[in-house]
Order: sequence, then structure tokens, then C-alpha cells
Amino acid sequence: MDQLNLLLEGFGSALTPINLLWVLIGALLGTAVGVLPGLGSSMAVALLLPITFTLDPTAAFIMFAGVYFGGLFGDSTAGILLNTPGNSAAIAGSFEGHRMAKDGRAAKALATAAVGAFVGGLIATTLVVFFAPLLVKMATAFGPAEYFALAVFAFLAISSVVSESVVKGLGALGIGLVLAMVGVDGPSGTVRYTLGMPQLFDGISIVVITVGLLALGEVLHIAGRIHRDPAMERIGTNGRARLERTDVRKALPAWLRGTAFGVPFGIIPAGGAEVPTFLAYGTEKRLAKRRGDKEFGSTGSIRGVAAPEAAGNATAGTAMGALLALGLPTSATAAIMLAAFQQYGMQPGPLLFERSGELVWTLLASLFIGLVVLVILNMQFAVVWAKLLLIPRHYLYAGITVLSMLGVYAISSSTLDLWVLLVIGLLGFVMRRYQFPLAPVLIAVVLGPLAETELRRALTVSEGDVSVLVSSPVTVILYSVLVLALVVSALQHLRHRRQKSAAALGGTGEGPDGGSGGSGGSGGEPVAPSGPTGSTAAADASGPSGTARETEKMGTRL
Amino acid sequence: MSSRTFTKAALGVAAAGVVGLALVNAAAGGGEATARSKLVLMAPAAPGGGWDGFARESQQAIKSDGISNNVQVVNVPGAGGTIGLGQFAQMEGRSDMMMVTGGVMVGAVELADSGVSMEDVEPLVRLADDYAALVVPADSPYETLDDFIEAWKQDPGGTSISGGSLGSIDHLLTGLVAEKVGIDPSQTNYIAYSGGGEALTSMLSGTTVAGMSGYNEVADQIEAGNLRALAISSKERLPGVDVPTFLEQGVDAEMANWRGLAAAPGVSEEDRGELLEIVEEYRQTEHWQDALERNSWTDSYMTGDEFEAFLDEEISRTEDIVEGLGL
Repeated sequence: MDQLNLLLEGFGSALTPINLLWVLIGALLGTAVGVLPGLGSSMAVALLLPITFTLDPTAAFIMFAGVYFGGLFGDSTAGILLNTPGNSAAIAGSFEGHRMAKDGRAAKALATAAVGAFVGGLIATTLVVFFAPLLVKMATAFGPAEYFALAVFAFLAISSVVSESVVKGLGALGIGLVLAMVGVDGPSGTVRYTLGMPQLFDGISIVVITVGLLALGEVLHIAGRIHRDPAMERIGTNGRARLERTDVRKALPAWLRGTAFGVPFGIIPAGGAEVPTFLAYGTEKRLAKRRGDKEFGSTGSIRGVAAPEAAGNATAGTAMGALLALGLPTSATAAIMLAAFQQYGMQPGPLLFERSGELVWTLLASLFIGLVVLVILNMQFAVVWAKLLLIPRHYLYAGITVLSMLGVYAISSSTLDLWVLLVIGLLGFVMRRYQFPLAPVLIAVVLGPLAETELRRALTVSEGDVSVLVSSPVTVILYSVLVLALVVSALQHLRHRRQKSAAALGGTGEGPDGGSGGSGGSGGEPVAPSGPTGSTAAADASGPSGTARETEKMGTRL
Repeated sequence: MSSRTFTKAALGVAAAGVVGLALVNAAAGGGEATARSKLVLMAPAAPGGGWDGFARESQQAIKSDGISNNVQVVNVPGAGGTIGLGQFAQMEGRSDMMMVTGGVMVGAVELADSGVSMEDVEPLVRLADDYAALVVPADSPYETLDDFIEAWKQDPGGTSISGGSLGSIDHLLTGLVAEKVGIDPSQTNYIAYSGGGEALTSMLSGTTVAGMSGYNEVADQIEAGNLRALAISSKERLPGVDVPTFLEQGVDAEMANWRGLAAAPGVSEEDRGELLEIVEEYRQTEHWQDALERNSWTDSYMTGDEFEAFLDEEISRTEDIVEGLGL
């Protein structure tokens, strides 16, 4: 229990009134910057760095703790309210969160997100305190082959988000892959799809894609039907942020599941928080389907907000562990904080705990304090933020447009980014118009490059020997789980279908039209009618059910 | 009650807006002012990158002694700094701006072929260097550089080396060393990672046989016994660093990851002098000396004809290496 004593000592030096003021300032600034679309916590930390130079180390760390987590809390606020996630880690939480907001439960969604971020951050930070050296070992067990297995695993685990219509889902996935491919190819230096513009050499920022697709696309979509759909004129909001007991009972397992996804990902320097947040989202979606939860995908499920938010902050928590114990900045924010630590003669790395133990424990204590302050702050703010939605629509959406443009421009002061944003916004509009799901685009943008680069790295190192892909325990386990899951779900599917066809034979009789009646009645996933088989059948079946949904909840789609 | 909360919300939005505007203003700043009243440092990299750190250390040094009243850092990330270079090349005659530059940019210009080059701006000064080191995991069979080179010669393809992105110092040095020991650089198996951190884990996890990395990034791992340094790219041994150079082990390879500053094209002789004076002043500050030590940068101050000659040589050498690597 050495760590506990040291941590308590850390709290001792961190908990002074003036330090609490610093953490409050840090938390407020971090949240404010995080709320703006496109401006993530890395920008906040970079801007605050000079200020903290004049402070003593403890005060500086505690302020950083506020900013670091504050940015993450803030990111999800904009995502939930306006569908403009502040950075890529908040994308997955925005899907269900924004649905909840549209359903008038914005405050509740924000509160769920805040508590989720708190739970995730808290558990992750605790793990870092006690198991930092172990976490480091885990990080070094991952090579390219393992990353590739992970990416494949994630792709299939998240594939449920494309299940509404296989063809449209795959189409959206394809669009995402194409967008992700723009830029200079890392392993070979080949220039792809840049139209000869050097500004595109680094690819299209995922923030630009997200803000364009979600925020601007939404604005155009609303603008396109502003006088046709009176129900969309205003979002109601009952200002209650309080989580009822039933809410907590629903959200708690989701928070913990999300945290479990997030913790391992903070340590491995690939994909950042996007992969675990999407994995958490995909899992909740799958569970909701099994449970017959109708809120998910329509009015917004509290679980769908809780899990990704917890995952995102859990990643941030263990990322801090990786930074401290390994000297390994797994994100841009961490890289800046690395510079900040060096400022105080603290060199993160394997020798850190020996060399400057006192400062480290103060920092870890600061992280805990920052989390507590933030969750209190954000629970209070949830109601206030939710009031944003009372602003008349035309002002609100004009505001979103301005903020989106501003945020994207601030990333790299590039006007080309604004044009790209506009084009992607139009793409988002068209995709909404023709009921293409948007989530697969973003998933492809996140996972596509990861899978590609790591596969090629693995094969380059092994000089083309494919067996390297299954040469370590981690890869074997991942693929085994994957195969097992596929077999189980195939068996379930088969049984399901047999029951269905038995029922259909006994009831309305067979024929190609029987499918639409069947799937409409069940309310669940569109199951192929008994006649045709394979994926084309699923696509056919989703046609009629898709239009049925369209009239049912126009505008609530992503 | 509700109107009060609404006011609060409105205030919140206003505050957020102000922060946003301030950020954008900081990013887009400029105007007609002298360098003494207002100076803009362009870091052609994202916040968190090496040049960003260099720019912000410079900013602090200038501020610490009030050398210029208002110093701002602007980040223009992209393509190894060539996006920033392209933008800076358009700022004809701007007397209140300097851009961070360095060896990485020289490599990126060669690689990107984007129509801009170092000739389009006015390189001013070289300020701080650090060096790359060839490292192997602690359990590697290679104890010395000779061991490694022997194995590398026998099987260039099977001896994978990880390092920073293509065209980085790590990559160029790998090509240079290969060439000097008689291996065709285009046969080397270089695994590019986008950042030092990622490359580091690839070494620790034993993915690649060896790694080429900035010495400062791996110094602690070497001290902790997780990695073994075989050689460093400095000309002479660095004070306090117990790693032999390539040169002393008979490999004629020496390369610095240098950082410096450039002025906008077409600045007047007078303005150029003023900017150099500012650099000269902030270089002397306590903050800068402290920064050099903290970041383990070697002071490599060089300007005028000497710097020009160095840069010319650097560019032609980089051209050769990039060609040799078959890029």
C-alpha cells in the first residue's frame, strides 16, 4: 500500500485553496475550448502552456489536470447538443446523445456524459496509480500484427452499425475509406488523391470530416426542409439533469463496459480514443438489439451515451499513465504535456518515479481533483447548456455554421480546409437525404488507415511472410474470439430464420412480399424472408422497412 | 429562474465565442508593425510537434526579457513543414515574422516536390541541434555497431529499422549509414512511424531489429536498460552521453537535426538585421540557456555566410540521400 500513502501525500500538497482555484480555472478553460467544434484539448493545453510557466509546479500540474480532462468533458457537450463533436473522441457519444437532445432530454444526456467521463477517468487513473508498470508491459506486447488484428476485430465488432441496410452501410464505409486515403502514404511516400495540392499531403483531418458530415450536413438538412416539417421547428427541453434511479441502473453497466474498452487503449499509441469509443458504442448497439431496446437509434439511449463517454475518458486516463511511465505521448495533448513536464525538470519515462516521485504523486492527485471538480461543474452546467437549444432554430443553426467554420479554420489556418468542410457538408446532406448511415463513414476514417498501415508494416518487417499475422498469443486470441463470435452469431441467425420461416409458413404464407410484413411486425432487425438467401436478401428486405422508418421518425436519423 | 439560467447560458456562449475568436485572432495575426512591437513566429507544425516546442521556447525567451512587446506563435502544420514554408514564401517583405525551420524541412522539400524550396525564404540562423542514435532492444544479440553492420550487410531486407516519417533525420541517416558501409540504401527495410513515441514502442516490443531515433527521445530507455545505443550521429561525443559516435567507429556518417529561423522573402537589409539582433538577444537570455539544457539541445549558433554554406551543403547532401533511398 505504498502507493496509497504516496498518493495521500500528493493530495496533501495539491489540496490548497489557491490550487483549487487553479484547477477550477483550468477546468473552465478546458471545457470552453473543448465545446468549440474543432478545438480539442491539445489546442487548449498549447495555449495555456505559457501561462503555467510562471506558476510553481504543483499549481501548474493541477491546472493542466483541469484542462486535460476539461477538454474531454467539453468535447461531448457540443456533440450532444449540436451534433458537432469537438474532437474525434466525442463522435461515438454524439450519435445517441444528439438523439436524446432532439427528444428533449439534452440535460440528461449531458449529465450521463459527465458522469460517464468521470467514472471512466476515475477508474483509469486509479489503475495508473497502482499498475503503471504493468500497463507499460502491455503496451510493448503490441506490434504491427497485433494492431492489425485489433483493427480487424474492431471493424467486425462495430459492423452492427451498418446492419440497417447492408448496401448503404457498405457504401458509406467505402466513402469513409476513400476520404481516409487522401494524403501521402506513410510507409511508401506515395501521394494519393491529393489532386496535386500540397495542403492535402497530410490527409483530411478527421475533425474536418466529422464537423462537415455531422454539423454542416445537419444544418443543410434542416435548412432544406425548414418549412415542410413543423415538428422540427424547435426542440423541447425539460431542463432536468438529474439522473433518476432507473437511469443510473441503465447507465452504470454501460459506464463500466465503456471503461473496460477505454483502459487498454490509452496505453497503445494507435488510434487514440476513437477506436474504444466506437467499440463501446457498437457493443451497446448490439446489446440494445438483443434486449429489444427501442430507444436506441430512435429517441436516443442513455446507454449509447454512457459507454462511449466513459471509454473516451478512460483512454485519456491511462494515456496519462503511458506518458508518465513510458515517456510515450499517445496523443497530441500528451505530447504538449510532455514538454510541460520537462519544463519542471520532470522527464517522463521509466526512471520518472525514482527521479521525481514527489511531483508525480502530486500530479496524479491533481488528476483526481480535476475529475471531481469537472463532474460537479458539468452537472451544474448541463442544465445551462441544454438551454442553448431554446435559441430559435434559425439563429442556432446559423451559430453552428459559424462555429464550425471558425473551429476548423483554427486548426491549421487553412482556407482549403473550409472548402473541404463545405464539400463534406454537402456530402453529409446528400447522404441524409437518401438515408445513408453516417457512422460507417467515420468508422472507416478511423480504422481504415490503422488497419492498412499496420498490415503493411507487419508484412514489411516480415518481408512478405503472411504467417507473421498470427504469430503471437495476442493475435491468436483476438482472431479466435472473432471466429467464435462469428460462428455463434451465424448459428443464432440460422435458428432465428428457421423459426421465422416456420412461423411464416403457418401464417401469411410465403412469397417475396411476406418479408416486409414480417419485419414491420417484429420491430427488430429486418430479417430476410424465406425465399432468397444471402446478403442480397438482407438488402432487399431493408428497402421497405427503411421507408417505413422514414415516415415514422423523419429527421431523428443521424 | 429560467430567464436567469438563460442569461447564464447566453454568457457561456459569449465566453466560448470570445475564446474562439481569440484563438483565431492569435492564429491569423499579422499587420504592419515592427518586430520590436509585435513579432509572429510561425511554427510549421502542429501543437505538440518539435518545431512547435522550439517556437514556444523562443517565444518565452523573447518575452522573458521584453525583447519584443508582443510575441505570438502561429501553427501551420502539414507535410513536414512545407505547407508552412509555402505560406511563408508568400509573405513578401514581412518584417515582423520569422519561421522555424530545420533539417526536417530540407528533407521534406526534397520529398514533397511541391514547388517551394528553402530558396523561397531568407534563412537567418541555426540555433539548436540534437542528434539521432542507432539503438537495439536490450536483449538483442548485437552488442556493437560492428556486430550490427555485419548482420545488416548479410541481410539488408531482414534487418528492419524503425524510425520517424519518411524524409526525417532518422530516415536520411539510415540511408547515409547504409551507403557508407556499402549497402545499397534502396535495399534497406525502413519502417516509418509518424512519431517518435510510436517508433519507440516498436523498438521496445521487438517488432524491428533496430531503431533510429532522436537520442533525447530514447535517452531514458537507454539508461533504464531497455534499449542499447550502438552509435550517435554527432561529430564528437556529447558531454555526459556515453555513446560512441559513428565517426569514431569508422563509419563516415554525421548528421544533426538542426533547428533555426528564417525571415520572409524580400525583407530589407535593415529589417533582417533587426530580426537577427532579436535572435542574438534572446539567445543570451537565461530562459534560452535553460531551454537548451532542458531539451538537451546543443547550441549550434551559426549565421551569415557560414550558415549559408552549411545550408547549401545540407541541401545537396539530402538530395543525394533521397535519391539513393529511391524515393
